[in-house]
Amino acid sequence: MKPSNSRRDFLRISTTSAFVLALGFSSDSRGKQLQKVNAAGVQINPYININESGKVTLFNPRPDMGQGTYQILPMLLAEELDIPLDQVEIQMTDGSDRFGSQLSGGSSSVRTRWIPLRTAGATVREMLVQAAANRWKVSLSDCATKDGFVINKQTQAKLSYGELVEEASHLPVPTKPKLKSFAEFTQLGKPSMRPDVPAKVDGTAIFGMDVQLPGMLYASIVHSPYIYGKVQSYDATKAMAVKGVRFVLKTERVFFHGPYSDSNGFDQKLRGKAEAIAVVSESYWSALKAKKLLQISWNALGFGETATEQYFNQAKAAALNEGNEYKDAKVGDFAKALQLSDYKVQGTYQTPFMSHAPMEPCNATVFVQGDQVEVWAPIQGPDGLVNDLSTYLGVKRENIKVNVTFMGGAFGRKAVSDFVMQAANLSKQVNAPVKLIWTREDDIQQGPYRPGMISAMQGGLDKDGNVLAFEHRLNGASIMASVFKADMRKNPDPWAGEGINLEDSPYAFPARRNSFNWVDPQMPVLWWRSVYASTNVFAQESFIDELAAEGEKDPLDLRLHLLRDAPKFVAVLNKLAEISDYRAKRKQGVSIGISIARSFASIVAHAIVVEKQNAGVKIKHVYSVIDCGFPINPDNIKAQVESNIVYGLSAAVCNQITRSHGKTDQSNFHEYTVLRQGEIPASTIFVMPSQDEPGGVGEPGLPPIAPALCNAVFLATGKRERTLPFDLSSI
Amino acid sequence: MSIYQLTVNKKKHRVDVDSDTPLLWVIRDVIGYTGTKFGCGMGLCGACTVLLNGSPIRSCSTPVSTLKATDKITTIEGLSEKATHPVQEAWVEAQVPQCGYCQSGQILAASALLASNPNPTDEDIDNAMAGNICRCGTYTRMRQAIHSAAKKIQTAKKS
Repeated sequence: MKPSNSRRDFLRISTTSAFVLALGFSSDSRGKQLQKVNAAGVQINPYININESGKVTLFNPRPDMGQGTYQILPMLLAEELDIPLDQVEIQMTDGSDRFGSQLSGGSSSVRTRWIPLRTAGATVREMLVQAAANRWKVSLSDCATKDGFVINKQTQAKLSYGELVEEASHLPVPTKPKLKSFAEFTQLGKPSMRPDVPAKVDGTAIFGMDVQLPGMLYASIVHSPYIYGKVQSYDATKAMAVKGVRFVLKTERVFFHGPYSDSNGFDQKLRGKAEAIAVVSESYWSALKAKKLLQISWNALGFGETATEQYFNQAKAAALNEGNEYKDAKVGDFAKALQLSDYKVQGTYQTPFMSHAPMEPCNATVFVQGDQVEVWAPIQGPDGLVNDLSTYLGVKRENIKVNVTFMGGAFGRKAVSDFVMQAANLSKQVNAPVKLIWTREDDIQQGPYRPGMISAMQGGLDKDGNVLAFEHRLNGASIMASVFKADMRKNPDPWAGEGINLEDSPYAFPARRNSFNWVDPQMPVLWWRSVYASTNVFAQESFIDELAAEGEKDPLDLRLHLLRDAPKFVAVLNKLAEISDYRAKRKQGVSIGISIARSFASIVAHAIVVEKQNAGVKIKHVYSVIDCGFPINPDNIKAQVESNIVYGLSAAVCNQITRSHGKTDQSNFHEYTVLRQGEIPASTIFVMPSQDEPGGVGEPGLPPIAPALCNAVFLATGKRERTLPFDLSSI
Repeated sequence: MSIYQLTVNKKKHRVDVDSDTPLLWVIRDVIGYTGTKFGCGMGLCGACTVLLNGSPIRSCSTPVSTLKATDKITTIEGLSEKATHPVQEAWVEAQVPQCGYCQSGQILAASALLASNPNPTDEDIDNAMAGNICRCGTYTRMRQAIHSAAKKIQTAKKS
């Protein structure tokens, strides 16, 4: 945020907005606020404040982690309100009920708010127009709006929104506000400059890490090296001797949402929370120094010998079971079709556990004062945080105020609030505002991680190479079990089938079967950019190429044939073939591999050109096509595809989390390596023009990147990479 | 605790901190320039990059006691008045930042590169920027922006 996100400024804005354009006033502790009303069957929330001086404040209900919601959601309001985005102030919503769901996740921000936010903007615009028409005593059709003014078309007289706001606030709320057609958009649908960028080039953007409060203390935490566990004993003598250190305290880490029960196939009592020791100090550096001097002995609670190698062995063994079947992917009788096939192909793919490793490590500043709680934090979902804190602290929801800062990346990690609850626990214990900062080692070693998965693929072909049967068995951890304590022993994790169900993957296989075998990872797992689509699509799109090779078909031709009834997929593939010059004859050792996937309601296809080197393989170029429905800011869509290429390639050829003897083997960026400048291929990205409902943008570019690379590597070298990550230089 | 004299963004500061305190925490928590970020604490990611007499250093692993009062330390807040450095302008034009957290360090590293090498090749850029991680993957746009900032600087010199 620009400094406007401070509590002082929030209060100032709220209390001077006595004449905000109201969809119904309600008085609460923060002064007059807009209230929810129903119009045209859509619940309108108070996203727009216009005060008498004409200042327009738009509330953004989806925290920004770099994906662009800080611009896009207010722009949905601004477009219909007819005011340029650079004339408004943008504020983040605070987690309170009147803003509805506020979680940035699942690439859902625009998809879910496309109509509601535009409706809110159109509603307010119509009320302003009515107020102007009343004043001028003209009909509504004699009025137009532009740039924050209502214009009298007859006289060219103008009234600013600020001059009209009080009158408008007394008018009835239109029940069916008219939304603009695509052709009427003046802001949406063309490349536009993001309003947060200037603050991100001069150091003034405020991230959670940058929050400073008077009297604030700094905290660092020693977590259990086993993630779960209890403190057997500890000696704080040396740590307390560090100058500045005020407290060494026992604290805890709460894992996600309850309720904790033993009935779900694994012992939640051991995993609901872990004990930890915190140093609370006058400076962060002294807290870090003291942390290293703590002597703690841990009780690993049975997690002292867990290992990812053992987990993957279990998952491979589980893959021999048919698994719990997904109804949303079932076509025909797979077993029978496989039996009747002339050729049978199998492939087992492995994807590792991953850390999100956003540039900004988890941190939170919390002040608990009796039954009042205020939070400043980089968090993906302030409303979920309010729920979590309310349950955890036993404080009423309305007594919890969340100030959402910019997030220095998140990728799913900041969708859960364990670190905020820790800061709250400490603030309560020391009775002062506490800023807790996780170290990078905490970030890499403590999870939660993307689940590592085993995908066991089977396919059947006839003698002409036509695919008759296709099976994908997912074997591994369940995020639903980890986060919501669901029992996954008898049911497939409904989230885990994403990217490969029939809607996301309309391959016309005559027989098809997806299933899930749950394996306990013995560590917390969580959404990671594109989640299971990242693991599922790697296996599936690689295996399509294996079937193509076995059936002697061109990988693009096979896909075009299997997707013949899915015109959007075909259009994306044809565009990809065009921009990548797919059909061109390439010299020996140079190959092009492709992959396509739909996830989060958008289709992305990548083509990667690789060249065989004396040692290894070099990525020469990435071509990408995205169909995400109506492209609201095409430049930001390109930026997100660029981002997914880099994030996905890092996961394909660089980093992974492994654990042995109960501990994470990696600790910081020297062991959890990521791609750097000079390791990134050039890219060409095409955004499909569309007037369909917008789809997701922040994640869909990721799933098809690794399989496109592996398919290219296979074509260049004959080597099929079935386990990620792999080393490009040693193929 | 000891008193240290530092020159940050052309202003002199007296700070009272432990001698082993990394410059990063002095800049952020004592002096109050929060544009310099904590990312790894080991000099691996570059989020804490500042300029020491014009050269990029990792402030997270630079103890305050190693600095002299005459050393010129530049943070993102001191790179220019009103974000008018050609690198900052090029960054906005190319819409480089996504989450933005690493960008202070990236911009300072790029500005140091251009100060010593006004017309860098792609390979020069790779080498100069290799110490700065961006998890959002803005590398391609950074490269474009560095080339475009180089052109801006050359044009400004000619005119």
